[in-house]
Amino acid sequence: MNIPIDLSLLYPELFLLVWTFVVLVADFFTSEDSKPNIGYLSLIGLIITAILSLSSKQGTTFYGAFRADTFGLSFNIIFIFSAILTVASSIEFAKKNLKHQGEFYGLILFSTVGMMFLSAADDLLILYVSLELATISLFILSAFMKRDLKSTEAGMKYFILGAASSAIMIYGISLIYGMTGSISLHIISLRLEEMLTLSPLFVLAIIFLIAGLSFKLAAVPFHMWCPDVYEGAPTPVTAYLSVASKAAGLAALIRIFYDSLQPAAAQWIPLFMAIAAMAMVLGNVVAIKQHNIKRLLAYSSIAQIGYVLVGFLGDSELAVTSMVIYMLAYLFANIGAFLVVIAFYNKIGSDEITAYAGLSKRSPFLAISMVIFLLSLVGIPPMAGFIGKFYLFSAAIQKGYYWIVVLAVLTSVVSLYYYMSVAYQMYFKTGDDDSKISIEPTLAVAVAIALAGTILIGVFPSSVISAVFGASRAFF
Amino acid sequence: MGLAVFYILAAVILVSALFVVTLRNIFHSALMLIVCFFGVAGLYASLNADFLAAVQVLIYVGAVTILIIFAVMVTHQLSGKKIRQYNDQPVPAGLIIISLFLLFVVSLSKTGFEVVKSISSSPTVEGIGKALMTSYVLPFEVVSIVLLVALIGAIVIARKD
Repeated sequence: MNIPIDLSLLYPELFLLVWTFVVLVADFFTSEDSKPNIGYLSLIGLIITAILSLSSKQGTTFYGAFRADTFGLSFNIIFIFSAILTVASSIEFAKKNLKHQGEFYGLILFSTVGMMFLSAADDLLILYVSLELATISLFILSAFMKRDLKSTEAGMKYFILGAASSAIMIYGISLIYGMTGSISLHIISLRLEEMLTLSPLFVLAIIFLIAGLSFKLAAVPFHMWCPDVYEGAPTPVTAYLSVASKAAGLAALIRIFYDSLQPAAAQWIPLFMAIAAMAMVLGNVVAIKQHNIKRLLAYSSIAQIGYVLVGFLGDSELAVTSMVIYMLAYLFANIGAFLVVIAFYNKIGSDEITAYAGLSKRSPFLAISMVIFLLSLVGIPPMAGFIGKFYLFSAAIQKGYYWIVVLAVLTSVVSLYYYMSVAYQMYFKTGDDDSKISIEPTLAVAVAIALAGTILIGVFPSSVISAVFGASRAFF
Repeated sequence: MGLAVFYILAAVILVSALFVVTLRNIFHSALMLIVCFFGVAGLYASLNADFLAAVQVLIYVGAVTILIIFAVMVTHQLSGKKIRQYNDQPVPAGLIIISLFLLFVVSLSKTGFEVVKSISSSPTVEGIGKALMTSYVLPFEVVSIVLLVALIGAIVIARKD
């Protein structure tokens, strides 16, 4: 650490931050009719940020608080891609349903900046602060349709429970600081290795950290807010919440547990095992009874996070890699599914699954895309979800956790049932209305990108895997 | 002497905090919150954390509770009304709280904290200022963005459209 502050490592984050201010200021000079241009402006900024990220340097700076490495980079790509797809899907939706569109796009960008800082956090303080930046923006975004009762309820619930979970997490952090005397992830792991036995308070602190972060992931038993918030929030925000916010929580978990608390692995592996098993069972079983597509996807996302957490059982390079690959696959499939929901809602104004009857006749493109995204979420080859699940499960099997893999495969079969009931509505039921549904071009491009991601990762997994494998090397 | 001060302050904090969550008039709750925050400030002061104590009074007593009182006074449904502050599940909640409390007592008593032997009584402001501008400058800057986002959020949600 010769140079304490090297701003060149932060170019992507700083650029996006400055661009966010540009977006907010540009909003003043835009008339109400041309607000969609603010959305396009945000898209340009996000694309440039993606390019900057891919060409950014690696290293540690800010007195060891900020670490740019391939792990952070692969999560940054996930965040930026979900922001791009979210903004692209918001343009038509925002024009019809939202006021203060400039602030809407601005807050999405702010949240992305927070997540990018989070994935590079190398001490607990910056980790916490950037997590707050990411979630506070999301609280506001969830309540953005303030004339809509469900949206305000979503914002309120998310805010109160989010604040409580942050309090629990920061308490855990303070306990860890009290016992190790440091907030640096690296020094904590050194102190932890020196300790001969783990004090009960340390175990409690680990539990608090898991509880606080599991809230962001919406993993069972911290999932109560998830269906209501997903249902009430504006749908593009739901899409962003379901992918970017979960990926951010996962990035924080991986950073803390693989970088810092690795010596205490024997204590936290059973906890993750329990959470993963509960999330898979509850998410998949409760999803069966849902009749609103956003609630269905909410429960399915709870189950999906259960699958990801299986990765924590195998504490190896393969495990971290498999989690990143799964998140990538989940990004395209889940946002893709929400893109179809948004496109449908823009024309029909309903989120009920029964309203999807006969969609295959009204818009064959939307219907087949939806089926592909759902199949990827189940994990059927040749979609990306299969590769993700395959790697996750092999990481768990490597460590001998057969029963949880059996459970995961069984619950996947259950998920096939409710995902396919949506497909059944679209293909085998006939609706009252046979008129064609047109999609606006930006949204169509976004769906096409999500489709391309879902299929390309599934068909050519080797190039993605070799790119991501470098990411997990940061920890081992 | 130090221990006696601690117990008195702890008692003040706990009793006033209990009043905050049980009083039926929300205005009185807010007033008790001021007492509670003053107690915490006293705790900081007794630990020679002079800057923290001052900030606690300035921000929590001076800003946060005053804001709460303003909010109570301008909200017609709240001021002067009697509100029940607890829900219909006191028994399970109480059981969970008691078991959590016992868990804490047990794990705290079994954990050896490193005790700082001598606390210097020199002012801490300079050290905190330096740390904020060097080692912790990145979190410091990110917090300013968090505040900006909260500001934008407050405007978006409160503005009439």
